[in-house]
Order: sequence, then structure tokens, then C-alpha cells
Amino acid sequence: MSGSYLLPHGRVLRYSFNERLMHWLAGVSYVYLLLTGLAFWSPWLYWLAIVMGGATIARELHPWAGVIFTIAVVWMYTQWGSQMRSTERDREWWRALPHYIRNEDDEVPSEERFNAGQKSLFWGFFWCGIALFLSGLVLWVPHWIPWSLRILRLIAVFVHPVAALLTIALFMIHVYMGTAVERGAFGSVVRGDVSRKWAARYHRAWYEQVVRDSTPEE
Amino acid sequence: MANLELRRISGHAGPVPGAGVKREPEVAKLVDTTTCIGCKACEVACLEWNGLTFSDTTFQNSYQTMPETAWNYWNLIKFDEYEPEGGSLMLLMRKDQCMHCAEPGCLEACPADGAIVQYANGIVDFQQEHCIGCGYCITGCPFNVPKFSPQSRKVFKCTLCVDRVSEGLEPACIKACPTGCLHFGTKDDMKELAETRAKQLREQSGFANAGVYDPAGVGGTHVMYVLHDATNPEAYGGLPRDPHIPWIVRLWKHPLKWLGNLAMAGGLIGIGVHYLRFGPKTVKEDDELPKEGHQP
Repeated sequence: MSGSYLLPHGRVLRYSFNERLMHWLAGVSYVYLLLTGLAFWSPWLYWLAIVMGGATIARELHPWAGVIFTIAVVWMYTQWGSQMRSTERDREWWRALPHYIRNEDDEVPSEERFNAGQKSLFWGFFWCGIALFLSGLVLWVPHWIPWSLRILRLIAVFVHPVAALLTIALFMIHVYMGTAVERGAFGSVVRGDVSRKWAARYHRAWYEQVVRDSTPEE
Repeated sequence: MANLELRRISGHAGPVPGAGVKREPEVAKLVDTTTCIGCKACEVACLEWNGLTFSDTTFQNSYQTMPETAWNYWNLIKFDEYEPEGGSLMLLMRKDQCMHCAEPGCLEACPADGAIVQYANGIVDFQQEHCIGCGYCITGCPFNVPKFSPQSRKVFKCTLCVDRVSEGLEPACIKACPTGCLHFGTKDDMKELAETRAKQLREQSGFANAGVYDPAGVGGTHVMYVLHDATNPEAYGGLPRDPHIPWIVRLWKHPLKWLGNLAMAGGLIGIGVHYLRFGPKTVKEDDELPKEGHQP
């Protein structure tokens, strides 16, 4: 399942090369979109576009970065969509959320490959990604929209920042969790592997499945 | 224009440099549609003065040069046939161009620092060297004025001949008008002239609904019209009855922006506080691993 397997020296492969590649395709394009998008969002952040090579270049490249991000999101959907469905375990996880937030992980139910929070992150980015893509198409070529269909432009200028703000909330939590809080998670999406103890602590149900799958039938 | 005082700057953080220092009267163009003969001298003068190339014309069963203004055609007379109740057929002619709103939707929507400026004299001017070509101004404008140039990837529109006005000349279109239906002066003078003309039309020419178009929804405009029938501006090439900056643009640029900024700042603070309070999750040394090879 999902290409995870036990590695020597007490390690477990958590993310395959393809998964890491698509994650960083999304990650790098998103950061570019975020920085240039924030520049267009507020005059106080316009300097971000200057740093990124100038606002005119940012306006030209932002839509193309959006296309790359959309491709990455669709790719993720094909790879991870089926693993992101909500399960009974997720409802227990949500009930244990206060424990999770307070790092009382012994009180948190055993998690699958992706816990309920990660699943929400995935669907949040997926649906916001679709909204950003569709509104972004209009904002890419506003001059192609005739005056009689100007409502499309008006919807787009509102939907685009709203969806972007939602992803920014998800992005902040994601980066914080993945780097500062859950040590080892960042390495897993760079090099691919985690320690068995890490796997057992944060994604026990998944780890047990990996162990079962790796054990030869007796 | 170094000798003109600025009032507003698009996408600008902080105050407008120099605003409110000099005394500067507001200027306005007055278009009396009742004496326009549709000769298009203003269209030609606009192209001439601004050095714009001639573009293809489009025949639409009327005298109108093209359906709407273009990035290289900023001044267009709109021709409309109109049959008033109990009256005879009228050919309405309205010179369409940027209205130079007191509250410009283009400037409100623009994210590029200094790409759109409003001078203290009321002229709203695009500065193409600062324009990033995003087209938000197209979304912000209630009059369908800003037009995108595919070749330069910038947006253009009528400048109210700011280069002439700043030197004390009237706009090129005004100079070319043979009937005197175009007037230029201070906004106050033009308002007075417009009201006088409208009164004359009502009292002496039988146009009971004659009036002045200076819509309050955008704070008034620096291009005004005298209309035979001010109750039906739409008849004049789709002049909007009650133009205003689209409410969705206002929602985006004000409440959403502050809410979003607050949420982003709050999120960053929240993350910092969480880390200080709870720190990282740790894998415990004595964590037990599930036994391998003995699974059910």
C-alpha cells in the first residue's frame, strides 16, 4: 500500500520519490505564488514583488506558477485522494484534538498514514486550489472578458484572495507542524524515510500495516 | 507631471507625497450632447495629439467608428437612435471617454504603486511605466474605460490631455470641436454652465427632462454631460444610471483586506505562542514498537 516499506537500520520509507517530487513541485510553486500574490494583495507588501524580480515579471509568471501548482495538486489527488477519505478513526482524532495540540500524544488515537488534520489540509488545498485556478484563469486575461460578462471579473477578484487566505492558514499550520513541531517530518518529505519509532508514535496504524505487509507469510 | 499636485496614488503604502500643499482648482470637461453633430473631429484630434495610430473601423449599421473605446482609441462618439414617447426619432450622440471620477474605481483596484494617479485638479492618469498589466483597473471601472494593449501588456485610456492641461491648454478634443458642444474649465464653472444649458433646454426647447450628468455615486466626474433626457442616460450608448465602484471591489479592498491581514498576523503570533508554550512533539526513547512477525 502506497509504496511504504521497512528499510534497514530501523527506518521506514514514508514517501516515495514521486511523492516527494510532487510535494516539492507544489511547495516551490506555492511559495512563489504566495510571495507574489501577497505583493498584489497589499501596498505594504509590494516590495515582495520587487525582491522577486519586479512586479511586471511577477504578474507574468504568477499565472504560470499557478498552472504548475494546479498540476501538482491534481497529481497529488491521483496519488493520495483515496488515502485522504475520512474514516471512523478520524472522528476519534478530532475528539482528541486538544490533546494533539497540547502534545499529549499518548492520548491521541492511533493514526493512519495521514491523520485527520493532514486529510483536512489536503482537501483544503484541493478545493481552494480549484477555486484559485478557476478565478485565476479570469484574472490571467481579464481583458478577454466582455463588458456584458464583467460579473466574472468581479467574482474572480473576490474568490481568488478568499481562497488564497484559506490556503495561507493551512500553509502556516502545515509548515509549522512539519518543521518545528513534528521533528522528523521534514526529513521524511526530503529524504523519504522516518525512524520506526517516529512511525509508531505518529502514525501507528500505518506503521502496523507496513510491518504486516513486510512480514513474509508463515 | 511635476507641476501638478497629486491627490491619490494607486497601490501606495503611506501618505501621498505633497498632497494638500498647493491650491489647485478642479478642472472639468463638459459635453453638451444636445449640440453635438457627430462629426468626430474630437476623435481625430485625440489620435493626432496623443500620437495614436488609426485602427480599423467596424460598421454596425450606424455612424459609430467602433463598438467601444480601445487601448489606442480613447475618444469615441456613441451613436444611438432613440424614439421618445410622443416625439420624433432622435439620433443621440455622446462622446465617450474616461470620466475622470472623483472616486476612481480603477485606482481603488490597482495594486501597482504609482501606476494610476489622481491629480489635485481631478485628472486620473495611468502611468504605464509603473503599470504591471494585471487589468484590475478594468474590473474596478464602472464605465468600461481602461483598455489592455496586447502588444505592450499595459492599460491605456484618455489622459484628459494632462500634458496640455498642465501647460494651461485645453484638451485636444475641446480645441477641435466645431460646434462648441465641448467646454473646458474649472469644475465649478462647468457645473454652472451645464445647469444654465439644462435650464434653457427645459424652458425654451421643450426638453422637460433635460439635465446634467455628474453622477454622485463616484463622487462626481471631471467629464460631465448635458443630456436632453437625464432620466434615461442608458439611451446614450449605455451611460450607467447610477455608477459606483463595484461593491465587491470595495469589499475586497477594505473589510477582506483588514480581516485577512489580521488573520495572517494572528496566525503567526498564534504559532509563536504555541511553540513557546508546548514546544515540539518528541519521540520518546522508551517508545515500544509493535512486534514484527506476530501480527494476526
